[in-house]
Amino acid sequence: MKKLMALLCGVLFGTGLMLSGLADPAKVISFLDVSLLSSGQWDPSLMLVMSSALAVYLPVYLMVVKPRALAQQGPVFESHYHLPTKRVIDAPLVIGAALFGLGWGLVGICPGPAIVNLAQFDLSIMLFVTAMIVGGFLGRQLMDVMPVTAHNA
Amino acid sequence: MFSSFVPALFGGFLIGLGAILLMVLNGRIAGISGILSAALWSREPSDTKGIAWQWYFLGGLLISGLLMGAPLQAIFDVQPIDIAALSISMPMLLVSGLLVGLGCTIGSGCTSGHGICGIGRLSPRSVVATLVFMFVGVITAIVFH
Repeated sequence: MKKLMALLCGVLFGTGLMLSGLADPAKVISFLDVSLLSSGQWDPSLMLVMSSALAVYLPVYLMVVKPRALAQQGPVFESHYHLPTKRVIDAPLVIGAALFGLGWGLVGICPGPAIVNLAQFDLSIMLFVTAMIVGGFLGRQLMDVMPVTAHNA
Repeated sequence: MFSSFVPALFGGFLIGLGAILLMVLNGRIAGISGILSAALWSREPSDTKGIAWQWYFLGGLLISGLLMGAPLQAIFDVQPIDIAALSISMPMLLVSGLLVGLGCTIGSGCTSGHGICGIGRLSPRSVVATLVFMFVGVITAIVFH
C-alpha cells in the first residue's frame, strides 16, 4: 500500500508540475528572467504555483502532521514521520543552493521536471538527467570527505 | 497572461496535494533530488523487500509525463512541452545538469524539498535555501538570456 501511495503521489505531483508550467523550461526562464518586466514579457504565474502548493501543504502540516509527530504518532502507512532533524544554517546549505540556482537559471530545469520530461524520450533531457545524477554522485563523494556533513533537507 | 493563472493555481494545488499526501500517508518528504538520490544510492535497512518506494514515486512522475500531456492540453488548453524545440546546446545541458545535481546534494534539496516541503514545515534552513537558489536563479537567467 505504501508503494502504491508513493506512485499515486508521484502522479499527482508530476501532473501538477506539467499543468502549472513548472515543467516547461521556457516558462521557468521567462519567470526567472525578471528583466523581462520592462518589456511586459515577464511571466509571474509560477509565483502562484508555489503559493498554491504551500496553501495546501502548510496548514495540513501544521494541523495534522506536526501535532501527531510531537505526540509520537505516525503517518497512515508508516510507523513514524521521517522529518529532517538538522537545524543549523551552514555553508553546504548555502553553497549548494547557490550552485543549484546557477544550474536552474541556465536552462530552467530542476530535478522534478527533469524526471517528468524524461517521458519525452528526448536526447537533451536524457543528457541533463545523466549529468544531474553524476553531479549528485560527486556531491555525495564531496560530502563524505568534508568534515561538515549535511544529509537530508 | 491571465490565462496561465488558472493552470498555475490548480497545478500548484496538485503539487501541494501530492507532497502533503506523501507526508500524511507515508511520512516522507516529497523532495525529488533526495528521492532520486536515495533510490540510486542509499537503501534504508528497513526497506529491503522488493523495489524501494522511491522508485514508485519517480515512476509516478514518469507516468504523469507519459500520460497527462494530452488530457491537460484538452482540459486546460496549456501548451505542450517541447524540450527538443528549445535546442539547448549540449555543453549547456551537461554543465547545468551537473550543477543542479551537485547543488541539490550539497544543499540538501531542490525546489520541491526546500521550496515546498521545507517552507511548508516552516524550516529556517529551507527558507534560506529557497531564497538563495531563487536569487541566484534570477540573476543567472537575466545574465544568460
